[in-house]
Amino acid sequence: MNPFSSGTRLRDMIRAIRACKTAAEERAVVRKECAAIRASINENDQEYRHRNLAKLMFIHMLGYPTHFGQMECLKLIASAGFPEKRIGYLGLMLLLDERQEVLMLVTNSLKQDLNHTNQYIVGLALCALGNICSAEMARDLAPEVERLLQFRDPNIRKKAALCSIRIIKKVPDLAENFINPAAALLKEKHHGVLITGVQLCTDLCKVSSEALEHFRKKCTEVLVKTLKDVANSPYAPEYDVGGITDPFLHIRLLRFLRVLGQGDADASDSMNDILAQVATKTESNKNAGNAILYECVETIMSIEDNGGLRVLAINILGRFLANRDNNIRYVALNMLMKAISVDAQAVQRHRATILECVKDSDASIRKRALELVYLLINESNVKPLTKELIDYLEVSDQEFKGDLTAKICSIVEKFSPEKIWYIDQMLKVLSEAGNFVKDEVCHALIVVISNAPDLHGYTVRALYKAFQASSEQESLVRVAVWCIGEYGDMLVKNVGMLDVEDPITVTESDAVDVAEITIKRHTSDLTTKAMALIALLKLSSRFPSCSERIRDIIVQQKGSLVLELQQRSLEFNSILEKHRNIRSALVERMPVLDEATFSGRRAGSVPTTLSPSTMASVKVPNGVVKSAAAPLVDLLDLTSDDAPAPSSSSGDFLNDILGVDLSPASAHSGASQAAKNGTDVLMDILSLGTPPAQSSSSTPDIFSLSQNQKSPVASLDGLSTSSPVSARAASSQAASSIIDLLDGLGPSPPAPENNGPAYPSVVAFESSSLRVMFDFLKSPGNPQITVIKATFTNLSSNVYADFVFQAAVPKFLQLHLDPASGNTLPANSSGTVTQTLRVTNSQHGKKSLVMRIRIAYKINGKDVLEEGQINNFPREL
Amino acid sequence: MIHFVLLISRQGKVRLTKWYSAYPQKERTKVIREISGEVLARGPKLCNFVEWRGLKVVYRRYASLYFCMCINQGDNELEVLEIIHHYVETLDRYFGSVCELDLIFNFHKAYYILDELLLAGELQESSKKTVARLIAGQDALVETAKEEANSISNIIAQASK
Repeated sequence: MNPFSSGTRLRDMIRAIRACKTAAEERAVVRKECAAIRASINENDQEYRHRNLAKLMFIHMLGYPTHFGQMECLKLIASAGFPEKRIGYLGLMLLLDERQEVLMLVTNSLKQDLNHTNQYIVGLALCALGNICSAEMARDLAPEVERLLQFRDPNIRKKAALCSIRIIKKVPDLAENFINPAAALLKEKHHGVLITGVQLCTDLCKVSSEALEHFRKKCTEVLVKTLKDVANSPYAPEYDVGGITDPFLHIRLLRFLRVLGQGDADASDSMNDILAQVATKTESNKNAGNAILYECVETIMSIEDNGGLRVLAINILGRFLANRDNNIRYVALNMLMKAISVDAQAVQRHRATILECVKDSDASIRKRALELVYLLINESNVKPLTKELIDYLEVSDQEFKGDLTAKICSIVEKFSPEKIWYIDQMLKVLSEAGNFVKDEVCHALIVVISNAPDLHGYTVRALYKAFQASSEQESLVRVAVWCIGEYGDMLVKNVGMLDVEDPITVTESDAVDVAEITIKRHTSDLTTKAMALIALLKLSSRFPSCSERIRDIIVQQKGSLVLELQQRSLEFNSILEKHRNIRSALVERMPVLDEATFSGRRAGSVPTTLSPSTMASVKVPNGVVKSAAAPLVDLLDLTSDDAPAPSSSSGDFLNDILGVDLSPASAHSGASQAAKNGTDVLMDILSLGTPPAQSSSSTPDIFSLSQNQKSPVASLDGLSTSSPVSARAASSQAASSIIDLLDGLGPSPPAPENNGPAYPSVVAFESSSLRVMFDFLKSPGNPQITVIKATFTNLSSNVYADFVFQAAVPKFLQLHLDPASGNTLPANSSGTVTQTLRVTNSQHGKKSLVMRIRIAYKINGKDVLEEGQINNFPREL
Repeated sequence: MIHFVLLISRQGKVRLTKWYSAYPQKERTKVIREISGEVLARGPKLCNFVEWRGLKVVYRRYASLYFCMCINQGDNELEVLEIIHHYVETLDRYFGSVCELDLIFNFHKAYYILDELLLAGELQESSKKTVARLIAGQDALVETAKEEANSISNIIAQASK
């Protein structure tokens, strides 16, 4: 006999484990037991096999590995006696899951046991099959289970029914085999069989529309009658729960009726009476009764419309909502969410109660209520509801603030009736729970602020005040610092005073204080500090009187341990000291940020039919790195993750000099003269975002550009100016001017070409091998339509065959492509292919054209693909 | 459908786990830890539902034991509370005022009873009497097998004397 296995019984082992005082002791006991069990397994000890497995199950429950016992389960299952099988199947279900290969080995034993003469053994096999079978086993054993649905003993029939559910979930193709036997179960009297039969039918309907049709036609009547019988049955002690006969059966019948009634007027009609009876007669003082009512309400809401019943259902929910039991209130909120789509008005009536639930002490209820409130908000009630929610934000639990803040921000964004309200609410949220506000929300707020020029002064003052009150909220600090950097002068001079404001006196030095505090506070994170540095740079030109102090603060950061800050500090210091004359131009106010671009970007993708793979950066004639990704979100990020490797020489160069993580250069800069390029890229280094149109009007001072570039329209229009100049010129010049910028002042770059006529031709795309020119023609009567003639020229020495040009445009544009003049492009620019495009701009005058293109052709039978984005369309198109 | 059943003691010890959906062993440990964290932290007067990973955990405390069942979002939470109670009453009937120790030392019995109550994550039997009868029938079968084994070994022992 094995010296180990002789020892402990299961009971003794459990006792020994329970007596352990420390985890280490417990581990030791378990290790010893496991060693004994392994030894016993190795000796193939039959006598103690079932005891060993029982011990292993206990050890497994404690969380120790027990895989070595898996084969023991199979051996026990294969043995003849019931006790061995019983423990073997239990072990199988506990120690294995359906993903384990070992499970396949048991299929054969299962098959034998399903055909066993002892019904308890059949029951064990069915139970194991129903709990852990895999798809393959389901396929193999389905015929056995199907047969057992008609077994003489009802206890086997009910097990077989539930086992069938698992089988059809694993292998939906098998569903049709089960339809008829399942329907037969619905006529049974035995509650167990009835419950499981109804459940099987419900699940069959989910996987097979054929089953649904069948049951709807054949069984609706029977089910209604069964439900009637159960609902009206006299006291039955065996099934009684709190004065109701078999609530489980009630609920399953109601659920099945819901499936049958959904989308079928006749079936719905035939169950109206019984639903009304259940809804009115069921006792609601016990949980069981409420469970039935709850299910009944859901069925009423889901089946085809019956006005009277719905009123009844909503009333029940109203009662639930007023209940003092939290469980009942929880399910009421849950159900009201579904009821909103059916009868929003009725749900609105409970708004006040629901709002109270948002403030409940129970997190589950709060969460449900908050989602419900979110659905209830519309234009008419947004103001009072938001106020309530924001008021509550002050006192809510820390862990709830995240959810609550996210919802409030989303509500405010979605429904804000006016900008000032939006800004006000966001400022309140930022001051209350700024640490919970997501970055995108801050970005969105800044875009909105930037788009509300008449509120700049108001906003910056409000932010200043908020900062004084609660400077611990990171997001608030960021927005405040950004705004003070941009609109600091408005803060000091009280520009754009609104009637509602109290005037405040802020000196220039106070404004600088904000940035200084932010930089010096150790809790500020890197992004915030970096933003404060930029704000300081901006303020240095806004407040000449403080520039010395600002320089000092910036210089102090030279010693920062964070590379990013140190680098910025050095760069900015160099700007302040050596390039005083370009400083004012560099730190001009940001152009108005384009809301549409931003929201498009947030929505996850720019509306285009081309795949995202086309988003890679493309070199475009004017030498600026064009990235398909709009740069706005990078506004606040210093190290943009998606910055494409800069491919233009100027970008590379700068990257080398400064080693900065370049954020993608503006996709909007259509400007093409060298000088502006220089500024663009520098701007990007400073993360100031897109090159402002205004800066193009001031750059000439530095670079002595010709005056005609300073068209007033361009400087007012803000973003996405496309100076209509054809210039492939200047990538090298761009680079050179930047070197100059850093070393001293550069020579004046060549003056750009003069503006052409109203719609000059542009080089839409150029690579080393291909050039695309666009000529524009406007149809006189309809300004929205532009006819573009695209001319393709082959710059290489190979002939391009199968030449195909494709284009994609954002949703506000419509594009029509005429057939091209040919599909072969001769080499060495010796011929061209032309193609006509017709673009309709539904936002004519507001937005200019943009287009993404893809050109495919074959060189010597090899496929070549070129892609690019065109942003340099003349603005007026 | 019920995805799994957990019995957790007030101290966070696992007393029973039953999985009706496929959770790999490693995941199971994580699930148990997460759920005990959520459920044990809740106060006494709060509702019995916790939303978890897009599912719902319905739990109910009996003395020092938490009975937890994890169900789909759309399932009837109130009914699951009844199922838990149904299980507890059946245990109570079997053990005669059941306590945690019964479930520790006779954990396999608790599993057998659960297997008569639930199968494939669905309720199998609404009558406590039927469950009790089925368990008693199987227990009797085990007893007779044991007696037979004993008598056989006695015969062998006597014969080998």
